[in-house]
Amino acid sequence: MLLYRRPAPGTQPELLHPPYVSSIKRAPTQPLIQLPHTLSEITGPSFPKGIVPPKGFDLTRQHKGEPLGERIVVGGRLMDEDGRPVAHSLVEIWQANAAGRYLHKVDQHDAPLDPNFTGMGQTLTDAEGRYRFVTIRPGAYPWRNHYNAWRPRHIHFSVFGPAFATRLVTQMYFPGDPLLEFDPIYNSVPVESARKRLVSIFDWSTTTPEIALGFHFDIVLRGRNATPMER
Amino acid sequence: MGGETTPSQTVSPYFSIGLGWLNRDDLARGASGGKRITIRGRILDGEGQPVPDACLEIWQVDADGNYAHLEGSQEKSPAQGFFGFGRIPTNDRGEFSFTTIKPGRVPGPDGCAQAPHLEISVFMRGLLRRLVTRLYFPNDPANPEDHVLSLVPAGRRSTLIARPLATDPQTLEWDIRLQGERETVFFEC
Repeated sequence: MLLYRRPAPGTQPELLHPPYVSSIKRAPTQPLIQLPHTLSEITGPSFPKGIVPPKGFDLTRQHKGEPLGERIVVGGRLMDEDGRPVAHSLVEIWQANAAGRYLHKVDQHDAPLDPNFTGMGQTLTDAEGRYRFVTIRPGAYPWRNHYNAWRPRHIHFSVFGPAFATRLVTQMYFPGDPLLEFDPIYNSVPVESARKRLVSIFDWSTTTPEIALGFHFDIVLRGRNATPMER
Repeated sequence: MGGETTPSQTVSPYFSIGLGWLNRDDLARGASGGKRITIRGRILDGEGQPVPDACLEIWQVDADGNYAHLEGSQEKSPAQGFFGFGRIPTNDRGEFSFTTIKPGRVPGPDGCAQAPHLEISVFMRGLLRRLVTRLYFPNDPANPEDHVLSLVPAGRRSTLIARPLATDPQTLEWDIRLQGERETVFFEC
């Protein structure tokens, strides 16, 4: 008996996706075993309001000065497949700076770090499942997956939702990015309409005059089956 | 509104920037009772190489079998302060270690209580979706009747059961092998 519906075929990446070279030595080779949804899978951590720092949502105000780059507002709703809001739920993000460099010892890309930008944010959704971040538009950067490989601009998102079964980590992309069609991570999602849900939408309603462009990105978690779980 | 589920994407190598603030390797904190244990191991790739850029998330009940879950699907709640959630990155040598209490039993799908277990998500560069696995405890009398363990081919069950350290039975060892002869059992959750 499954409480949470499984995603439709082709709407999630396969674990082994050879164009993404790192998956070759790390994707399991044995078939996954179907896990029934017991109390262990339908419960999950809930984070109290106080856990999120006050400036967690604004990545442009975590240091003494302002970060370089194009300031943007990124917002949307966390909901399930039936459109029900996922309220008071933790959203974590991380990203490169405007020059395409991460504040991480492993990132040796020859682009400057920004002393005023860490690239991490966290917030809780409101009662309607809405979230909002202020940040700067991340730069594209090279990686060594294949010759002349460049990652499209993206922001990493981590969400929990109501249960262990709904945990999701994903990446948000920007509309019109010419690198998307060449990116093996973006293209690991087989169905095009599903893939396109990873691309945010330019949004006049959150674009703030004289301040920042707005981008809308909804995150949809698995829906629940109508039948209640047998106890 | 709503629609289909948002696709998963990899955490990539730099996830510690965004996830590190919530690292928690002491899950025993706040528990009102229970046997304290340390669990340690390594994550190994298809060539047996340690994985230094991975992260585990743990979800578990307290010693009485209660999840710290808001929806209150259980009759009792754990002691205030017990959270049951852990986030543990691997180090440069691909090793992880955390402390917790041995969990109690929770209801299973067949009306029979499940054996004590930890729910585990595994994230790393190279994984386009998280991996889901479970850790069970050595010599627990409930293991043979556990519904989920019974779904696993008998020859692979041992990959889910931690081993006590000969010199210190309070420390359990459990490696995660992504591929190979002793590949860990992973679940479709």
